[in-house]
Amino acid sequence: MSLWEYSNPQKFMQLSRWALPWMAGASALCLVGGLIWGFFGTPDDYKQGSTVKIIYLHVPAAMMAINAWVMMLIASLVWLVRRHHVSALAAKAAAPVGLTFTLIALGTGALWGQPMWGTWWAWDPRLTSFLILALFYLGYIALWQAVDDPDTAADLTGVLCIVGSVFALLSRYAVNFWNQGLHQGASLSLDKKENVADVFWFPLLVCIAGFVLLFVALVLLRTRTEIRLRRMNALLARERMG
Amino acid sequence: MIALLIRDMRLAMRAGGGFGLGLAFFLLVAVLVPLGVGPNATVLALIAPGILWVGALLACLLSLDRLFALDFEDGSLDLLVTAPIPLEGVVAIKALAHWTVTGLPLTLVAPVLGVLLNLPGEGYVWLVISLGIGTPALSVIGAFGAALTVGLKRGGLLLSLLVLPLYVPTLIFGAEVVKRGAEGMATGTPLALLAGITAGAAALLPFASAAAIRINLR
Amino acid sequence: MMPELGKYADAVLGSYAVSIALIVFVVGWSLWRGAKVRRALAGVEARAGKGAEAKKHG
Repeated sequence: MSLWEYSNPQKFMQLSRWALPWMAGASALCLVGGLIWGFFGTPDDYKQGSTVKIIYLHVPAAMMAINAWVMMLIASLVWLVRRHHVSALAAKAAAPVGLTFTLIALGTGALWGQPMWGTWWAWDPRLTSFLILALFYLGYIALWQAVDDPDTAADLTGVLCIVGSVFALLSRYAVNFWNQGLHQGASLSLDKKENVADVFWFPLLVCIAGFVLLFVALVLLRTRTEIRLRRMNALLARERMG
Repeated sequence: MIALLIRDMRLAMRAGGGFGLGLAFFLLVAVLVPLGVGPNATVLALIAPGILWVGALLACLLSLDRLFALDFEDGSLDLLVTAPIPLEGVVAIKALAHWTVTGLPLTLVAPVLGVLLNLPGEGYVWLVISLGIGTPALSVIGAFGAALTVGLKRGGLLLSLLVLPLYVPTLIFGAEVVKRGAEGMATGTPLALLAGITAGAAALLPFASAAAIRINLR
Repeated sequence: MMPELGKYADAVLGSYAVSIALIVFVVGWSLWRGAKVRRALAGVEARAGKGAEAKKHG
């Protein structure tokens, strides 16, 4: 008799066991390949010199930092509406990964800014927004840790994620407003609409793919861990009662 | 509903209720910052709007963890959930009570502290207006954080971590109103945005807060 | 083989070092925690399995 309380986690475990090695392998391939290509195989930028090589880390990390939160938001909504435990656990699993990407974006952003602005930290609107995003991630993770009952934790963090998303958007606009007219044009914008030359663009695409696959692989891995943890705690509770 | 409002205000103003604590903290901030930053009048005038707003923010935080915790502990929160007033209304009333006892006194006392921080003359009106419009948002947002953490022992620090990032837009626009006002510039845009945030938060957050309380009471 | 990084060498190399370190950290931690939980679960399941056996026979 299966002690899994829900069939959903079981299906997820089966699917992820198959998918995880492929994701991990593809991610490693794209990351290593893309970074090597970008670092060794591209020229310097006319304006920014060799610091342009930082885009292969900064841009994908920043993109994924945002996308990770969006994924958490969707997963939280699915949990709150449909009560699929895997959804709630996937959101929990994604948060530290998103936080890591945010830290990479901050670190590379600051290091990129140092030669440009002469300081190790500048309150550029984008960097500041990512700093605030890091605080949102920390709060979300802390709330998961603080609440004992797993379903209560899932519900509360789900609500926090939704409210946090609204305020994160508000903060983005507020911070732009706050720093208007000070560093216009000097923010680390590498808008794809601008003419990012092809020679930079293709390695960048590979790196972006690498980061996306890394995120997927890590979330699959971590969600499996969370599912096992939940099952273990259920068994332990049963032990204590029987 | 009025009865609930009066009850909460009376509770807050009893000894140990935290009424004077927020004001005292606000005063402390206004004294400590010049001690830390130096008495240079020009510098203080520049940072006064920000310091006053950050001080107000932190002072509001102080009494938040008691917002629902006391009622949670003695079981009256369960009663409030089943009361004829919708829980969202209860949350709104509690936030209003919190504001009356924290944000409102801060707003009224702020000009005095503005003197300590060498706030330029034109800034005083805008200081009071911005705090008057912005501190209700702080209470409503704070109530949401308190609702999330009501079941936790020693949730105060976590409460601050959750609530302070949510305060960022109000802080930015509120301080901006005072800064522009002090320089004699137009304050319409940040003021409208500040008011918008307060209105939106007051209208929508009580629903999220009520949901969090119901989750915690299960 | 190493490209000419010029005066920006610190910034570029520092960026790569920080990023790779963070990625290695989060991957390593996730793998380690996953293995730890898997082992612990196996232990608890083994006990639960023995208990069920005992209940069946006892």
